[in-house]
Amino acid sequence: MSDLKITNLHKHYGSFHAVKGVDLEVASGEFTVLVGPSGCGKSTLLRCIAGLEEVSDGRIEIAGRDVTYDRPRDRDIAMVFQNYALYPYLTVEDNIAFGLRARKFAEAEIRKRVSNAAEMLDVGQLLQRYPRELSGGQRQRVAIGRAVVRDARLFLFDEPLSNLDAQLRDDMRTEIKRLHNELKRTMVYVTHDQIEAMTLADRIVLLRDGKIEQQGAPLDLFERPNSLYVASFLGSPKMNFLSATVRGGTAVLADGAVINLGSRNLQDGKAVILGIRPQHISLADTKSKSAIPVVIELVQPTGTRLHASLPLGGTSIIAEFDAHAPVASGSAAKISIDPARLTVIDPTTERVI
Amino acid sequence: MTKPPFFRRYGVRLAFRYAIAVLLTIIFVFPIYWLFIISFKTAEEIFAFPPVWYPKSLQLSNYFVLFKDGDAATVGNSLILATVSTAIAMVLGTLAAYSLARFKTGGENLAVWIISQRMMPPVAIVFPIFLLYIWLGWVDSYVGLIILYTAFNLPYVIWMMRGYIEDIPLELEESALVDGLTRWQTLWKVVFPMARSGLFATAVFTFVFAWNEFLFAFVLTRTEVVTYTVQVTHYFGGQSNFWAKIAAMSVLGTIPIFIAVATMQRFLVRGISMGAVKG
Repeated sequence: MSDLKITNLHKHYGSFHAVKGVDLEVASGEFTVLVGPSGCGKSTLLRCIAGLEEVSDGRIEIAGRDVTYDRPRDRDIAMVFQNYALYPYLTVEDNIAFGLRARKFAEAEIRKRVSNAAEMLDVGQLLQRYPRELSGGQRQRVAIGRAVVRDARLFLFDEPLSNLDAQLRDDMRTEIKRLHNELKRTMVYVTHDQIEAMTLADRIVLLRDGKIEQQGAPLDLFERPNSLYVASFLGSPKMNFLSATVRGGTAVLADGAVINLGSRNLQDGKAVILGIRPQHISLADTKSKSAIPVVIELVQPTGTRLHASLPLGGTSIIAEFDAHAPVASGSAAKISIDPARLTVIDPTTERVI
Repeated sequence: MTKPPFFRRYGVRLAFRYAIAVLLTIIFVFPIYWLFIISFKTAEEIFAFPPVWYPKSLQLSNYFVLFKDGDAATVGNSLILATVSTAIAMVLGTLAAYSLARFKTGGENLAVWIISQRMMPPVAIVFPIFLLYIWLGWVDSYVGLIILYTAFNLPYVIWMMRGYIEDIPLELEESALVDGLTRWQTLWKVVFPMARSGLFATAVFTFVFAWNEFLFAFVLTRTEVVTYTVQVTHYFGGQSNFWAKIAAMSVLGTIPIFIAVATMQRFLVRGISMGAVKG
């Protein structure tokens, strides 16, 4: 049974068409991440689900009930905001209890739930403090706690980690994932960070210009993108894109280098874009005939891996090797590219062939 | 070892600065002191020469007379007018300001139109209002002045509160709406606590305006609803001025304002500076 079902949703702001006909179904207990660059409509979509924006057209159902025009309070949702949205004049305890008091829960029940949530999020010792006395990470924990106590049908997260520094962001990401495993609630999470999307999601919904570009399990999208846009959005370092022409089962690059297309059957003379992940480029034996000779431009060790910039097909691409790979700036090397893992894209439609 | 220079040794430069400051303070505070002290003097002391700088004993007879003759009741009138009009203006104005700030009611222009009304010179409309009030039978009545003061203060309240409300992060309200509050409850539980300093500061200024208002009270009252500002002018006579009554009445009129500002000071300082940053 689906906890959230969106049908043909549109949102206009005056002449600006922010969401252009989105259909989405989220299964009960699923962690769905809406991801995309800023302005793609992901936050607007989330705010429509929350009832904070009036939809222009379409239908939203939560747990099988049509809530398209219901007030936020009648939708059985809890939401975590980017800037925490804690009330500065209330203690942590009162902040967490705010939603329960609004819904007239009994004080005993409120105390029980608040202490449970506080323990779960490790803010038990902060209950009597005010938000201004907390660090950014603690504030976000309290904000999440405020959503958790509600025990709502649907949890919404609007870029909750964007205001935190990198280290804290990693910790809180783990925390949110753990929380989802414990609560087993349906969560919809908005972010522009592809790492967050990959690590947290059961399902990624990648948006572009107010429409869903592709959705599926994180590895599905990563390994089988259906467009240039999806391929370039996911992955770090980013996928390399090279223009080429098909000739006799191979792709010929602008500089004459030949890349094997494997078993793909493409028409001779067709122009294509080759998408190559840095991880799928490997160093080949210097005597190998089929390998491509290159000159390493720049080497950036990350500790675990090594990122090498090298010119190929008239542009500079990034390859990822072992940390101890025998390459140095200015040195010659030979590389091979796994044909099975190539992404071949039609340059006019930007769709994957 | 050389001696430090004279000025630094004795801090004379600092003492000189303080002397100037004290002198200026005395010049500016003296009229207030004089008014205050006259209210406690006997008639002979008031006109004595050389002047009596401080009375031998504090005479309360000037105040006693004001209460005995019922003149002091005009302070009560002022209190009623200022309190009621402030309360109405704050309630209506804050709601209107919320609508302007959050729902963009009337776009940007409406807010400017509203505040521009406050800039009109009051004396330009006092005569039309007088004629209107005669026709309505509102001259010399509480309701007439309360409506007038409310109308005058509304633009100010709307303008100020709009600024304070816009300063409240929208997410705080949205979060409350999701958490289970209605719009009205959100106003009560989120907007008012967040805008508390602004509410108090605005209310004090609104109150002070109504309290000190003279022109309309002078034209629109006769005998029933005389305010203390109008009452004071009654003591300026053709042949003589009743200095003792003028002084005592003025002191009575200052006390409520003094109390209001003193108790609200904490909020006032924050409220005023908040408005200064973003208005």
